[in-house]
Amino acid sequence: MKFRIGTAAVAVLASAMSLGAAQAQQTVNMPDVVELSGPGAVSGTNWRDGVTLAVDELNARGGILGRKIVTTHSDTQSNPGISRAQVQKALDGDPYVILGPIFSGSVKVNMVLAQQAEVPQFTGAEAADITQAGNPYIFRTSFGQQASMPKIANYIRDGVKAKSVALVWVNNDFGKGGRDNFTREMSARGIRIAADISTESGQVDFAADVVKVKSANADAIFVYTNEEESARFLREARKQGIRVPLIGETTLLNQKVIELAGDAANGVRGHVGLSSGVAIPAIQEFTSKFNKRFGYLPDHNAIKGYTAVHAIRYVTEKIGKFDRKLLAKTMHGLTITPQMEPGILIETTWDDKGDIDRISFLAEIVDGKQKITQTLPKLGK
Amino acid sequence: MTDLVQLLVAGLATGAIYALVAVGFTLLWQTSQTINFAQGEFVMLPAFFVLAAMKFGGASFPVALLLGLVASLLILGVLFKKLLVDPMIRHGVLPLVISTIALALFLKEGVKEFYAADAQPFPALWATTNISIAGAVIALQNLIIIGVAIAAIAALQWFLAATRTGRSMQATAQNPLLARILGIRVERMILYTFLINAGLVALASVLISPIYLAKFSNGETLGLVAFIAAIVGGFNQVRGAIVGGLLLGVLDNLVAAYVSTQYRGAIPLFLLIAVILFRPQGLLGRIEERSV
Amino acid sequence: MTRARRLSGAIAALAVCAALVAAPFGLKPYGIYLLSLWAVMTIAAMGLNLTLGYAGQISLAQAAFVGIGAYTAAILTTQGWPFALAFVLSAALCFAIGWLLGYPALRVQHHYLAFVTLAFTTLVFLVLRNEEWLTGGIYGISGIPRPDVLGWSTGAPRDYYLFCLGMLGLVTLATGWLVRSPWGRAFMALRENPIRAASLGVDTRRYTLIAFALGAALGGIAGALYAPLVQFIDPTPFALGLSLNLLLMVLVGGSGFFFGPFLGALVSVLLPEWLRFTEGLYLLIYAAFVMALMAFCPSGLLGIAERLFRPAAKTDDAPATPAGKAAR
Repeated sequence: MKFRIGTAAVAVLASAMSLGAAQAQQTVNMPDVVELSGPGAVSGTNWRDGVTLAVDELNARGGILGRKIVTTHSDTQSNPGISRAQVQKALDGDPYVILGPIFSGSVKVNMVLAQQAEVPQFTGAEAADITQAGNPYIFRTSFGQQASMPKIANYIRDGVKAKSVALVWVNNDFGKGGRDNFTREMSARGIRIAADISTESGQVDFAADVVKVKSANADAIFVYTNEEESARFLREARKQGIRVPLIGETTLLNQKVIELAGDAANGVRGHVGLSSGVAIPAIQEFTSKFNKRFGYLPDHNAIKGYTAVHAIRYVTEKIGKFDRKLLAKTMHGLTITPQMEPGILIETTWDDKGDIDRISFLAEIVDGKQKITQTLPKLGK
Repeated sequence: MTDLVQLLVAGLATGAIYALVAVGFTLLWQTSQTINFAQGEFVMLPAFFVLAAMKFGGASFPVALLLGLVASLLILGVLFKKLLVDPMIRHGVLPLVISTIALALFLKEGVKEFYAADAQPFPALWATTNISIAGAVIALQNLIIIGVAIAAIAALQWFLAATRTGRSMQATAQNPLLARILGIRVERMILYTFLINAGLVALASVLISPIYLAKFSNGETLGLVAFIAAIVGGFNQVRGAIVGGLLLGVLDNLVAAYVSTQYRGAIPLFLLIAVILFRPQGLLGRIEERSV
Repeated sequence: MTRARRLSGAIAALAVCAALVAAPFGLKPYGIYLLSLWAVMTIAAMGLNLTLGYAGQISLAQAAFVGIGAYTAAILTTQGWPFALAFVLSAALCFAIGWLLGYPALRVQHHYLAFVTLAFTTLVFLVLRNEEWLTGGIYGISGIPRPDVLGWSTGAPRDYYLFCLGMLGLVTLATGWLVRSPWGRAFMALRENPIRAASLGVDTRRYTLIAFALGAALGGIAGALYAPLVQFIDPTPFALGLSLNLLLMVLVGGSGFFFGPFLGALVSVLLPEWLRFTEGLYLLIYAAFVMALMAFCPSGLLGIAERLFRPAAKTDDAPATPAGKAAR
């Protein structure tokens, strides 16, 4: 019996000693906590690579205020509990700023820790309530659902002129959040939800869902699922001969979806908050730089990560020192244009809650490419 | 009505895939007492062999298919048996089950790390056209899948019943000791089972990857449904696996369309629990005697 | 056991306890979190060890019980109920559900039981995710408070860790007593040869059920401790993956060895940290390690230790053969 206790004891102690880390001087610590496995893997890998590209660019120029940036990437496994632990670990290393995660569920949980430690956090999450919890340290890198959903709702009402919509969404916190916001916007505009169909993350067979959509006889179909499921749904919809407009929000018109759905993606329309396919020179340049380095085309999450790092550099050099509180204060109400900082790619304004205001686009997929049909102005100004 | 027909055809196509995978699973269990928890990943992998042959080897699609098949037979058949099953089987069923669970994880992570984390398009062997039968739009793909799967299983059944090797394999499954006494080379028969399983999963992989897209996580749900199909149909009968697979495919689609999409995943589970509790030998199975 | 051996055993145990209590004082919050997680997972693994290692039943339902325990505690404490009550209710509820599930399910043998419990786990996950009115659905339950134990607030990481450690200690003592009791021997008889046990008058059905339900209750306890640890729960962690993880913990540590779960949980919780430098490869390494372990020493790490330190002796509570043999 004793040897067994002994073995266990040695193991416990040895491992306890191995925890904890020290930080080198003359560097600035910006840990990245993001989804690298599980359902969020595609978004998270894009974000991570965008961040890596930006960090390497900056370090080649000497870093921030002469200090090199050190970024470690931790995997939340798309699990809020694990994300909380990873953020705790990141906070233990005395960071300047925390980057990520993207999944809203994770952010809602771990931003409490970052707020308590008074560390600014730049996230790719889109759920509305993230910026409504009174956290002065949280900053978005893309539209919240409370900004994007009204835009798409307006488009459905005015552009598509639909009186009823069939809603297809993925049953995770991304899809459910989108569905709840969308439903609210629809009822505010008097548009009926003809069908409310939940799908599973990783689902492969959409025959039944398309049948349900068809029998709902709606004027339009709004699809809010992740990339691969969107592609499969589009293929099935094309196969079963769906004629009504298929509308989406950023993800549905994504490069990956176009690649996977092939012909079935043509004719899809929607609102695009951020996209690597937009015909803006800065973004095109970023896209080709990214593709050259990593061998695949980036999606909007890569842009989120990239712009976050450059924004942080800009503000830090503006205030002239590494002061977390001052960074947060300066961010509120700040507008950064590409002239001031090319790495921001598009003019971006942050409000006092951490929400973002930018121009956005209405697009349609034509011949396998995302075509911008209209540019929507910023909400403010 | 046309909707129902469409759902049935789609369900039969998915069910045919489940049947292929479940048949292989059942064969392995019957002849070598191997519960292969990695069966789903076995279906995911051959598609990546083909994709890798095209991407890194520059092979054309037909050549890549052949290479993929050979790789599957070697790795999922021979290597699996020699490196994993043979050393473990003497320790009992549980260590082998754990090893196949670990193997599933290994294969999944391996593909994710060394190939890609996102879904990959996979070329189809035939045109993705639709045909119209009495107003219902049916994808040619689905009909071909059903046809090929049925043909493969029919060929397998014929092989097992009509050829000498096939009958030797059946003998090995029923009573290995007696088979050995009768001069049947039991080890070789077991190896054939593994090879057949590898062939079946490779076929399933090539059939579904054009629709499902090749992704490292494809194996998860597929494996689970294959187990359920095998048990529901009858763990000791190949016919049972076929019925189980088709039943699950059709039921899943019908429930999702007419009942609830949120709980569609629960139907196979309820069916499994019901069958195990009330008819453990499965719908078509024979009651197993247990030696004391 | 001789006097001297008992004494040295007791001293070793005391030394370990002292080390475990002192550990958090040198660690950062993340390290303390990991140790707390280890303590909680050990409790869940001990439950599974009872069911699998001692009674020989392959259960993949442990994740569901941890989930039920966690949600019960979370729902009650966020409504203002005292933690002690929520804790007891979690354990009791899981015991009851374990009993109800086991009653029909244990009629079937080993590999079938694995599939029934697998189906049960997935069903529980679906219910947790879909029934938003009760569980918060995919959004989960946040803001779970940490308990006040007799006036001592466990809000801080170190305090909560000590609380978890204390619970682990209590559970260890209780389970240890159980295993050494006649009940424990009945369990082991069941594992080795159920038919012989039945012929000797052991009510196999009843004892298997008890082992299964107790294992479930321990899972519930672990869940009730997990919820305040992470202070936010959603359905994601309580899926099949956790069941498989717990199964691996029990087997890697050594199924049927009393301290197996401690080691297994340690490996499972700490391996990602040790292997962090390998980036994405750690799961591959873990999987390869498990396969190798199963091939060469299916009785787990403690089995290896036993072979190294006591090649000749055979202790009374180690399994004579791995639990799997009973399945044949």
